[in-house]
Amino acid sequence: MVEFAVSTFTGGIHPPYCKESTEKMPIERLDPPGIVSIPLQQHIGTPCEAVVDVGDKIKKGQKIGEAKGFVGAPIHSSVSGVVKSIDKKPHPTLGECMAITIENDGLGELDSSLQGSSLDSLSSHELIERIREAGIVGMGGAAFPTHVKLSPPSDKRIDTVILNGAECEPYLTADHRLMVEYSEDIIYGLRAIMKILDVKKAYVGIEDNKPDAIEAMKKASKSYRNIEIKVLRTKYPQGAEKQLIEVLTKRQVPSAGLPMDVGVVVNNVATAAAISWAIRDGMPLIERVVTVTGSGINGPKNLLIPIGTPFSYIVDRCGGAKGDIVKVINGGPMMGLAQYTLDVPVIKGTSGILLFTSEDVKIHKEGPCIRCAKCVEVCPINLMPLMLNAYSKNHAYEDCGRLHVLDCIECGSCSYICPAKKPLMQNIRIAKREVINMRKQHAKAK
Amino acid sequence: MNQLIVSSSPHINSDETIAKIMRDVVIALIPAGIAAIYFFGSRALLIIVVSVISAVLTEWFMQKLYKKPITLDDWSAVVTGILIAYNMPPTVPLWLPIVGSVIAIAIIKQSFGGLGQNFMNPALGARAILLACWPVRMTTWVAPGPDAISTATPLELLNGNMQEGFPTIWDAFIGNIGGCIGETSAFALILGAIYLLYRDVINWRIPVSYLGTVALFTWIFGKDGFFTGNGIYNLFIGGLMLGAFYMATDYATSPVTPKGQLIMGFGCGIITSIIRLYGGYPDGVTYAILIMNIVTPLIDRYTIPSIYGEVERNV
Repeated sequence: MVEFAVSTFTGGIHPPYCKESTEKMPIERLDPPGIVSIPLQQHIGTPCEAVVDVGDKIKKGQKIGEAKGFVGAPIHSSVSGVVKSIDKKPHPTLGECMAITIENDGLGELDSSLQGSSLDSLSSHELIERIREAGIVGMGGAAFPTHVKLSPPSDKRIDTVILNGAECEPYLTADHRLMVEYSEDIIYGLRAIMKILDVKKAYVGIEDNKPDAIEAMKKASKSYRNIEIKVLRTKYPQGAEKQLIEVLTKRQVPSAGLPMDVGVVVNNVATAAAISWAIRDGMPLIERVVTVTGSGINGPKNLLIPIGTPFSYIVDRCGGAKGDIVKVINGGPMMGLAQYTLDVPVIKGTSGILLFTSEDVKIHKEGPCIRCAKCVEVCPINLMPLMLNAYSKNHAYEDCGRLHVLDCIECGSCSYICPAKKPLMQNIRIAKREVINMRKQHAKAK
Repeated sequence: MNQLIVSSSPHINSDETIAKIMRDVVIALIPAGIAAIYFFGSRALLIIVVSVISAVLTEWFMQKLYKKPITLDDWSAVVTGILIAYNMPPTVPLWLPIVGSVIAIAIIKQSFGGLGQNFMNPALGARAILLACWPVRMTTWVAPGPDAISTATPLELLNGNMQEGFPTIWDAFIGNIGGCIGETSAFALILGAIYLLYRDVINWRIPVSYLGTVALFTWIFGKDGFFTGNGIYNLFIGGLMLGAFYMATDYATSPVTPKGQLIMGFGCGIITSIIRLYGGYPDGVTYAILIMNIVTPLIDRYTIPSIYGEVERNV
């Protein structure tokens, strides 16, 4: 039966999706490397404090970093072995960060304290505690601690849970494969979220370029009438939280607001799967599915990778690099971060590793703005990217603030579409930072 | 491994470029050029060629003079050259398009900062100046055909309160009428416009609101009383089709906001209609677009759309 996608959001772009080389590749488990280096900060919020010392012998799944404060998540070892060092190491999103380096003894001994349980035997409070203890964070990229998201203030009434299976970033197929191969686990995790939030209605949004994922998820959710699999039109940034919520519930998250302001909590499908593993097997978040692809890799793959595995090891295991690699990206090509070295490790938020050759990365000469207004047409937030860009370049940050620069979701559609190849996104990012600083100082002065 | 490039996301770009857009405009203008040569002969082609060459040379010279990078490969000077030629009667001496190109490129475009910075449409600005300086040469029309018999344009006929002698609506549609080189064949211009819309170079807002306003206004305020005008006929005559699809939509001189683009089209339509119906000069397209060009920054300023989630918060 042909099913039509739900209506779409305004703006957005249609980049080439380039998912062909990995979308049919089953997820493979990567053997752990000899050495993993697990950063003490992998998420928004406070960094962790190491709870092990150099020389300690540790088990797989053992907690090695404890979160300070509520908005934080602990980290666990992804291998069994000996702690070699605790020092600064390259980090895929922070440049550099304290990390615990562990030499793998190859035994894969599990921490004996990890205990499986079931959804029915745990209370909602115990479920949240388990999710926190398992170090689960949003796995779509931003890596916000999940237990915080699942503990909304009591004045916010949540009535809908959304699982984000849009995977609108080009190249990435990690969520896609997860939905095809682990659909039962995702639905299990979703039911846990629904139980925690006491919510009766859930949607799973999936773009219509993943028919096999839609089918698998429908099958897995068949016996749960309050879970609806929704087909979304393929358009970037369909997976952006605000756009996804609007398309599925017709509610608009207010400017500067959060999904909970309209009664919605959104989680990634990979996060839901991680939740199910934490509940059923007691397994903390120590591995994740990553798409390794791009024209610079010999054997593109979807891999289940232990957290802390260096990119260089992964590249080797995918047949090595080929051609003139000019860019390595942690994440997708639209919002991911370019890396300066292959020594960075996979962290909880790493959804993809892209190796781009000069074939993918075209260096463009920047031209003058011709006011074609294409950036205005594609902006999903209705901003005026060309004006923000001009103001930012002239350091007129107050004007940027007036034009709501802080509402920018940094999807990059404006930079993508610009025929003059202006780095709009980059200049808008600078303006956002400056406006935030300005407002902080202003608040201080008061 | 070589040095890795570390730059801000996004890491991919569309293959859209300024040159591609300008080339699409040139392609879209070709049918009107063919129609012009068909109706007015090789003289039309000669004027187009002279105009384009002088526009490109002026661009090169001015960029040299201002010590700016030479950007002839963006095709924008070619577009301006073609539009200048299209806005001239086929009878003009060959030095006139040269003067027009120099005014358009040297003064209106490059002296105000080059591509994207000009405050009015270069081709139309040049036309307005030429009209003021050489009014007779700029309004000496010939009937289509090999004999170059002088004629009046349908708009002049309308303006002169003539009761007959009008070309049929069909002749006006295909371009078998007197007028500027590139403006007479509505058919050819629409053909090109469909291409531009298909290629996403222009959107519907300005042309539709412009044409709609003119049709409505000239129908309501007919010469024989309310609702007696021929709105449809008015669409096919004068420079309206050329103006609505190819010049009012000029990026640099039209609003960037969706609402602003509708206002642009509506404003152009009102001014064009008023000049056509009550003005001393038969066609108002040139001045209508130029006036709206000048208020474009103002329109943009007051039509910035409310952002996502803003309305809800205010409720």
